[in-house]
Parts: sequence; structure tokens; C-alpha cells
Amino acid sequence: MAALAPTTPWTSGAKDDYRVCGVTTLKVDMHTERLIIANAVMAVVCLVLGGIAALLIALTRWQAVHLLDATWFYRLLTLHGIDMLIAWIVFFEMAGLHFGSTALLNARHAAPKLAWTGFIMMTVGGLMANFVVLIDPKSTVMFSAYVPLKAHPLFYLSYILFAVGALITTITFFINIVVAKREKRFEGSMPLAVFGLMTAAILAVYTLLEGAIAIVPAFLWSLGVFPTYDPGIYRNFFWGFGHPAQQVNLAAMVSIWYMLAQMTTGIRPVNEKFSRLAFILYLFFINLGSAHHLLVDPGLSFAWKAVNTSYAMYLAVLGSMMHAFSIPAAMEIALRAKGHNKGLFGWLRNAPWGEPGFSGLVMSMVLFGWIGGVTGVTIGTEQINMLVHNTMRLPGHFHATVVGGTTTAFMAFTYYVIPLIFRKELKLKKWAVWQPYVYGVGSALVSLGMITSGLQGVARRNWDITFAGVVPGTVDLTLAIFGIGALIAVTGGIMYVTIVLVSILTGERKEATNMLLVSGTNNPLLESTQLTDEQMESKQNQPKGTLVLVFAFLVWFAVYYLTNWWLLGRTWFIR
Amino acid sequence: MLAPEKIWWKPLGRMEKTWLTVAFVWCVFLTLMMPLWYFMGKQNVPTETYRTTPAQFNEKVQAFTEQYKIGEDTINGVTLPVVEAPPGSDVYLRASTWQWFPILQFRKGETYRLHISSMDLQHGFSLQPVNINLQILPQYDYVATIVPTSTGEFTIVCNEFCSLGHHTMIGKIIVKEK
Repeated sequence: MAALAPTTPWTSGAKDDYRVCGVTTLKVDMHTERLIIANAVMAVVCLVLGGIAALLIALTRWQAVHLLDATWFYRLLTLHGIDMLIAWIVFFEMAGLHFGSTALLNARHAAPKLAWTGFIMMTVGGLMANFVVLIDPKSTVMFSAYVPLKAHPLFYLSYILFAVGALITTITFFINIVVAKREKRFEGSMPLAVFGLMTAAILAVYTLLEGAIAIVPAFLWSLGVFPTYDPGIYRNFFWGFGHPAQQVNLAAMVSIWYMLAQMTTGIRPVNEKFSRLAFILYLFFINLGSAHHLLVDPGLSFAWKAVNTSYAMYLAVLGSMMHAFSIPAAMEIALRAKGHNKGLFGWLRNAPWGEPGFSGLVMSMVLFGWIGGVTGVTIGTEQINMLVHNTMRLPGHFHATVVGGTTTAFMAFTYYVIPLIFRKELKLKKWAVWQPYVYGVGSALVSLGMITSGLQGVARRNWDITFAGVVPGTVDLTLAIFGIGALIAVTGGIMYVTIVLVSILTGERKEATNMLLVSGTNNPLLESTQLTDEQMESKQNQPKGTLVLVFAFLVWFAVYYLTNWWLLGRTWFIR
Repeated sequence: MLAPEKIWWKPLGRMEKTWLTVAFVWCVFLTLMMPLWYFMGKQNVPTETYRTTPAQFNEKVQAFTEQYKIGEDTINGVTLPVVEAPPGSDVYLRASTWQWFPILQFRKGETYRLHISSMDLQHGFSLQPVNINLQILPQYDYVATIVPTSTGEFTIVCNEFCSLGHHTMIGKIIVKEK
């Protein structure tokens, strides 16, 4: 049985500077604590910048409002992509890597100086990107900066700085683990959450190197060192960075799902082998997904596209479907073991819906899987992509994954970081109870509005579609759904930032005493260690409800997927 | 969050096995759909591509326009030639900031080899409302063999950001009965 308290003593040396957390009994290196705080603060700063841009561009695409002029729309759209898709998420992940490689392993931070170097480079890169985009009109090139659209050299340099900084931080993750192992700070295998974060870190190394291959030549080209840069090759390398970057998010998010599930419902993973295998599938197959962006590009064969877009054989999708079973199943068993055993879904009714960590987790899983995952696999199908490429169905898909999924999960996790790492009392708890719902519903409407607009042919990254004069009147309706969703999501975002700021600035400085924030005084983390093998395997605790849920998911998946083939079959013949 | 027991390599439970099998079968089905449609379906992503240069491609567009021009029409206040080539022939469409040139006319049910390339930036060929979308790159001559199956006036929208006038980049394809 796994023990909650670390088994290996932490030899006190001159280098050691740590505290023991009263709630989790984990040892937290003070370097780690400061690094987490710094990275988390930068993450929220970028979220605020990207969020302001989000509000303004959403109010522009909502055709009835149409707020900004074209110049500012495209400029802020560029900014929004960089701040949200890259800066907010990567800063948060770096905080997660510092946490996973030290606190969860009972270990010290072995390379704080290197980690700070990485952090400073990321900060300079991130802020520089914002600055360049705002100052230089030529640098309105979107997040993807497709060659031969040429931005200011500093634009590319800011990408490079940020990426190298992130790479350095990721390397400290591996250093920490190696040192922890060598110093025998933990025995046997790493915890599942660290295993998942390690998957994310390995993917990140690959991703960031590919980013360098794409962006460094673009930088040299913008300086005039290279006369030309082939646009097809740039796209291939850029998406070797851009898409796997989202898979890093995926692996990190799933790790956070496991953590949130344990922190709020006291789960034990149903089967470590099953869950770890799912992460391994990510590791081997998910990076092929960069082909998703090249499906209707000239110059590539059907075989190349089909093999890559399907992650060899949808094996990374299989990984996600495994997690989609194993996490709710673990929660069902844990809740049933507590006596919530009525019917198929009695455990779900009795789940801690008022606990932001739990509601955020559920929102994140539902939006990520039911909207993001299903639409992603469908539009990533080679032929179906012809109906979808660069229409609003695309941002509709990734707003479900990255906003509804990743961001909701990260936000929910923050509420526990504040008492446990910042050691500040969480303020505005009532707001925190509602925030995941507000944000989740808002981002769901954003996605649905975008997807239904895209189905009618509305292009993404387009200031004013009325020029086209072809989109049917129902587009006004779907764009209004998108706009209203954006307002709700931004409200949820403001709630989040307010809770974080008020807690950090006015919250009382104190050691955490509770694992749960609002829904009880018990410690699910502790309870998870008390779940016995008998309880895990007992017949009445088996996750029957989860099995029903995943089969319902599969039916919805099949309906959506096959409907798209039907839609494709109705259009012009093309080959 | 906790280290697992020493030995965690345990056989899967019955439900896990069930779900894993079903999910795997679904993944195999998803995989098979693509080659199946490739051989049986009427809508497949074009793969035929040639290297070109903007100047080379532009020459072809001009020659093609001169040879088959049948009239004129305006888009955004700009007068453009309307061009109809006989069925089965090579047809050229030029993308540049911010114009699709020329206006093409097709006959329903006939086959055309549609060449598209860009003179400058990356563009997106988005034919509405039939909703066919292709990525257009400079230096690549992308050939789509198409058969229009409906008649009327169709709009080509550019759906790849191509700097500030991007949203004004509109083109036209006209399809008439045979």
C-alpha cells in the first residue's frame, strides 16, 4: 500500500531548504515554491493579456457588434494566439513540472539557477512577443506566422527566447528526477502524475526542438540571411511544433486530472498499468498529429497524410479513450466505497459538485472529450478535412480542447495551489464554487457557436465575413451564440483572476489545514491511501456507471463522425 | 500523486478489457475509413502538385485567360474576365493579395483540371457554399480534378490570413447546365 508520508528521510544538508506541508505531508523545496509562484504569476499575467484580446476579438466576430477595425482585430488575434495557446499554458505547465519533479518525489530542486534562467528567458520572450505585435504593424502575422508573411525579426526572436527558456526548464525537470533517484528520495516507480508529467516533458523536448527548426530559419530569413524559405516546408516544421505543443498540454492536463480526482474524491488509479500504457501511447504516436494542419496542402501524398493524421492507427486517440474510462472509473469506485452505491449513478449525484477541483475536472473532461476530442478526430480525417480546413470549425474544436479542457482544469488546480503553495487563504470561496461552471458553459457556447458557424462555411481569422455575401442568415445566429458564450467565458475568466488576485493580495498568510476548499474538512488525499484492494475489487464497487457513460460517448462519437462523411458525400466531386 | 506499490504490473479488470477492446476496434474502423473512401469515395483531397514560380504560373493564367475569355464581370468594383474552357481542359486560378483571378465558368457534370497557385503569400481556397477548402501556397501548382455537381454562382473566399485586406479577397465560379 502506498504511503502518504514520504518514506525516505530527506537528509538535511546545507543546500536543503524546505518545509513540510501540513495537509499533504509533502516536502516542498523553497526553490520549487518560489519557481512555482513566479511561473504561475506569469501564466496569469499572460491569461489576462490574452483574455482582454479574447473579449475584443469575440465582440468583433460577433457580426451584430463588430467592434474593432480590421487592423486591430488582426493584431489582437495574433496576440491572443500567442498569449493563450503558448504563454499562459506553457508557464502553467512549467510550474507543474517544478512541482512534479520535486514535491511529489520528496526531492529537492537540483538546478534552481538553471530553472530561473529558463524562467527569465520565457518571460522576456513572452513580453517581447506582445510588445512587437502591438508596436509593429508588420508583425500582424497570426500565431502561426506563415512564411512568406514576414514579421519583424524580433518577433521570431521572441519565439526562440521563449522556446529555449521552456526547453531549459524542461531539462531541469529531468535533472531533478535523476538527482532524486540517485539520492534515493523515492523508491520504486514514480507516482502516476509524475509519469504523466514526464510524458509531457519528453513531448515538450521534441516539440521545442522542432520549433527551433521552424523558427530559426524564419528568423534568419527575416534578417535577409536566407533569400527564400519554402512555405510548405515551414508549415511542416511549424506544425511539428504547434501541434505537439497542444499534446504537451494534453499530457499535462491528464496528469492534473488524475491529481484533481485524487485531491477531491480520493481515488486510487484503477490499474496503474492501464493508465501508464495510455501515457506511453501518447509518447509514441501523438506527435504524428502535426499532419492535421497539412491535410489539404499541396505536395503531400494520401498515404503520408492518412498514416500521420491517424496517429499511425488512432493509437493516441486510444490513449485518451483509456484515460476517459480510467479516471471516472477510479472516482466511481472511490465514491462507491464511501457508500454512495445507489443505482448506476448514485455516486455521481453524491459527488462533491460544490468543490471547484471536482466541478472543474468534470467540466474539463466533458468539454475536452465530448466536444474537443470528437470534433478533433473527425476533422483530422484526411478527406473530411476538406470541409473544415480554416473554417471556424477549427477554432471551434481547439477552443473545446484548450479552453474548455486545459484552461478549465488549470484554473481549477490553481485554487489548490493558492493555499498549498502560495500559503494564502483562498478568498471569495463562493465565487470559486461557481467559476468552473460559468467558465465551462461559456467556453462550451464559444465552441458550439464556432463549430456551427464553420459548418456553414464561415472562415476563421476573418474580420468581416459579410464581404463574402454567401453565408446564410443563420450565421448571424450562430455567431451570436459564439459571442454570448465569449461574454460568459470572459466573465468566468474575470472571476478566476479576481479570486486569484484577491487571495494573493489580501488573503491571510497561513499554512493550509484542509485539502478540500469548500465541500468538507476531510482529506481525500489521505483517504485514497486507505482504499484497500478489497474495496477496489469488490463487486458492488465496480464502475458500472462509468461503462455506461463511455459507451454513450462512443455512440455520440460515431454519430458525429459518420454525419461528416455524409456531408462530404454531398459536395462536388474532387480528386 | 503517490508512488504505486512495488509491483503495479497487474492484469486488467474485466471492464477495462471490454472498453479497451471496443475502443481499439473503433480506432481500427476510423483507420480503415480513409483508404476505403480513397478508393470508393468521390471526394478526395487532391495530391497532384507541381513546382512552379509566380512568374511561370502567371504566364499560364494569362495565356489561359486570353484563349478562353467569354465576357466580363465585377467583384468588389474590379472588372475581371469570365473564362470558360472546354470540359476536360486545364483551368487556371491565380491567388494574390487580395484577388482571385479570373472568374471561372464551368458546366455541371463535366470534369476540369483546376490549377491553383499563389503569387505572393499563402492563401486559402474556400468554395462556398459547397464548402471545399484547400491550402494554396506560392511555388506550388496544386491541381484539383473537379466535377461541379450543382449549378449557380459560387464564391471563393480566402480563408488563410493574408494580411490586412484578407477579408476582401473574394472570387467567383459560375456553373451552368450542360
